[in-house]
Amino acid sequence: MADSTPVMEGLDQSLAVKRPRLEAIYEWITTVDHKKIGLMYIAYALIFLVVGGFEALLMRIQLAVPNNHFVSPQVFNRLFTMHGTTMVFFMGMPMLFGFANYLVPLMIGARDMAFPRLNAFSFWISAFGGLLLYFSYFGGSGLYGAGSAPDVGWFAYAPLTANVFSPGHSTDYWTLAVFLSGIGSIGTALNIVTTIICMRCKGMKMSRLPLLIWLYLVMSSMVFIAVGPLTAAQIMLTLDRYVGSHFFDTQAGGSAVLWMHYFWIFGHPEVYILVLPAFAFVNEIVPVFSRKAIFGYPAMVAASIAIGFISLSVWAHHMFTVGLGPAGNTFFVFATMVISVPTGIKIFNWLATIWGGDVHFAVPMMFCIGFLFQFLIAGLTGIMLSVAPFDWQLSASYFVVAHFHYVLVGAIVFALFGAFYYWYPKVTGRMMSEILGKWHFWLFLIGFHLTFDFMHVPGLLGMPRRIYTYEAGRGWEMWNLIVSVGAIFQVAGIACFVFNLVRSYFRGEIADHDPWDAWTLEWATSSPPPSYNFAIDPTVHSRRPLWDLKHPEDPDSDYE
Amino acid sequence: MRRPNPMTKPFKQIGFISALLSRRATWWMFLFADTVRAQSPTNIFDPAGTPAHSIFSLSMLVFSVTATIFLIVGALLLYALLRFRHRSEDPSREPAQIYGSNQIELAWTVIPILIVVMLFLTTTRVILTTESIPKPANALDVTVIGHQFWWEYRYPGFGVVTANELHVPISDSANPRPTYLKMSSADVTHSFWVPRLAGKMDLIPNRINTMWIDPQVPGLYLGQCAQYCGTQHAKMLLRVYAQSPADFTAWIKQQQKPANQDFTGNPAAAEGQTVFLHSACINCHTVAGTSATGRFGPDLTHLASRDTLASGSIQNTPENLKKWIDDPSSMKPGALMPPMHLNDHDLSAITAYLTTLH
Repeated sequence: MADSTPVMEGLDQSLAVKRPRLEAIYEWITTVDHKKIGLMYIAYALIFLVVGGFEALLMRIQLAVPNNHFVSPQVFNRLFTMHGTTMVFFMGMPMLFGFANYLVPLMIGARDMAFPRLNAFSFWISAFGGLLLYFSYFGGSGLYGAGSAPDVGWFAYAPLTANVFSPGHSTDYWTLAVFLSGIGSIGTALNIVTTIICMRCKGMKMSRLPLLIWLYLVMSSMVFIAVGPLTAAQIMLTLDRYVGSHFFDTQAGGSAVLWMHYFWIFGHPEVYILVLPAFAFVNEIVPVFSRKAIFGYPAMVAASIAIGFISLSVWAHHMFTVGLGPAGNTFFVFATMVISVPTGIKIFNWLATIWGGDVHFAVPMMFCIGFLFQFLIAGLTGIMLSVAPFDWQLSASYFVVAHFHYVLVGAIVFALFGAFYYWYPKVTGRMMSEILGKWHFWLFLIGFHLTFDFMHVPGLLGMPRRIYTYEAGRGWEMWNLIVSVGAIFQVAGIACFVFNLVRSYFRGEIADHDPWDAWTLEWATSSPPPSYNFAIDPTVHSRRPLWDLKHPEDPDSDYE
Repeated sequence: MRRPNPMTKPFKQIGFISALLSRRATWWMFLFADTVRAQSPTNIFDPAGTPAHSIFSLSMLVFSVTATIFLIVGALLLYALLRFRHRSEDPSREPAQIYGSNQIELAWTVIPILIVVMLFLTTTRVILTTESIPKPANALDVTVIGHQFWWEYRYPGFGVVTANELHVPISDSANPRPTYLKMSSADVTHSFWVPRLAGKMDLIPNRINTMWIDPQVPGLYLGQCAQYCGTQHAKMLLRVYAQSPADFTAWIKQQQKPANQDFTGNPAAAEGQTVFLHSACINCHTVAGTSATGRFGPDLTHLASRDTLASGSIQNTPENLKKWIDDPSSMKPGALMPPMHLNDHDLSAITAYLTTLH
């Protein structure tokens, strides 16, 4: 692609002198630079991706054949609890916040986040939350000698978490870890919202924000509303366990359903909190590799905001089997179905962006294409689940597990991999290997479809989730074996990715500051960007400032 | 059970829309039914009762709508990717920049809204016909109580208490007699799911839920707990025996009798009863007509009439029973019954006693 990219470059890289190792470590630990914090978030999330993936692999080995004795029921129950908690709170959230930290100031032409020290605080408190969760393997038995890691499931339904059913400290580690992660998330969300509102460069009106920024604005605003109830519920649970309050203590008149409401008023917006950044990456990558402006920018913004609002009113679709009664059920059926409208708008707009374009099948775009098809399927199985009577059959079955992994892996993780390949040259100044990237893509794609396509079937055949083993003769054996084989392909794909990530840092082809011939501000500065991001504060005149510079004869600013 | 329901009247109008669509759904139904029906005893696409049937028809409608959307959008996406793939050798050439189109965007907002409204109304109708239907006077009432990790069934009209194996009469159009389940939990949240009969319903402590089933063909219907409830969630299996009215009445008569006390010619059983009544067993188990009145574990009054032990997870044979009493955790790790630490003689005696409890 063309490299006729202009001005606004960072200045002398010679400022970055080589320094002794200890000093470098000290610098990373004490840094308040948004890029360094962003990278620490991402590195931390990658470690937990591998840990959580390993837990998933162990579960798939256990479930590959019926009546297996690979792990005990106690160990299995800990595995799925830790897998879920890790992937949502210590992989998903930090990973997406990491990208936000790195990209938001660069894309709005700012020199840092609004509150750099809050930023560092939020990262470290989340990081310690993750360590606390895993320390439960050693500390969970406590004085009671009961338990190790938590085994109450990632949504930890009351009253299973009460002292009488969960003796020892395992549940406390879970509660505290999620609590700390919540504090960190709220801090970072606050930071992102403030940065986007207050730190935009000259000319960057709200109507000119890149869509990635819009989506992070909606996502962060949702974090405020959604994470608060969860954090409150963790405090209530701790009071129940240690002070003798009875919020969720059904033995003393508390309510199990209250916990479900608290958890899911967080839990469902959380799904959108995770998926909006995936939309954000796709919104940046698809136009660049289709060589066209995003189709229907105002509709995309409106749809994102609509998703933000509606997603706050759908939580009880996780509770169709709780006995809410016909009135409650129909309300949440309607709210859940309606959210498919703005989501559909997004898919159609991506389709229209590709239509009439000049599609380059580079690795970031390949992952985004995977995203588009898989997100389409995930959305459609979501419509099936929104139909309450159908959900009475499907809820808590492997169909649901397959559905939300289609969202979390098929959509979010695919978009995330696309983002890694796309922004890696900006971060390191080197390209990731295209060949290894394609191996990664195809292995992961095959593994993903073997695992999660076939996982729908045992759900339809009556297999509930969270069982450590199952009997032969239920018609589930073949499907589970295929699902487990898929896991091996996914592991191979991830291995290619991690190897590529490390190898390219040392041996990757040197990238110039704008290797994809892109249009947003982060590509205007050097790769990697200097600590001050931009030597001169940029001024923008349209949504695609670099398009205007590259095409002075036909700038976007003429049309907006 | 297909009596007219006043609450569903407003929804009759949209009946013709769903009828139109269910023509296509019928085709899907045959396809599914033939390919997956025989696959599993817990197949949700092999309904054997009214609630499961209405869910099945609705799910086929939803399947056909979503499959159509997938085929159309997926095909367009694939076409766009192939048709507009990069071909030009001239890197400086950029395609025409199009920023949007109000007409097209309006179209793909309005069409999904119409589909949503159609699906919503159809769904509402099924919710109302399942949840708001008035209870017939002759319905059988059963109270279901979830325990870690087994099911307690009480028949309040008959004074019968049993565990893990639910017996209900069949209900056909000539002689409709649905079973109404009143559900709660003694400890944590569980969920009752027998896929061929109905969708699932949670059993929540401090709360009473209801659901109804009406199996139409005699037979055994399997299922299991569908809400994670602790260590042995996986082995909290459900067995529903649907019986002809005559068989069901006979079963109830048998269950109403007090426990067997006649040990003539079986001294081991007589001794076993003494050991049983003088050990910790009676703290948790009831045997009607004796001093054993514990409520924490399953009622054992007619234990020998059951096919399985440990909530459906093992066959009820004397060998298994003996092994179970000796150390439940060897067969179901995490089960709450403690190992009884009996000597082999007492163990055999208790086993002999329990096998007489028909």
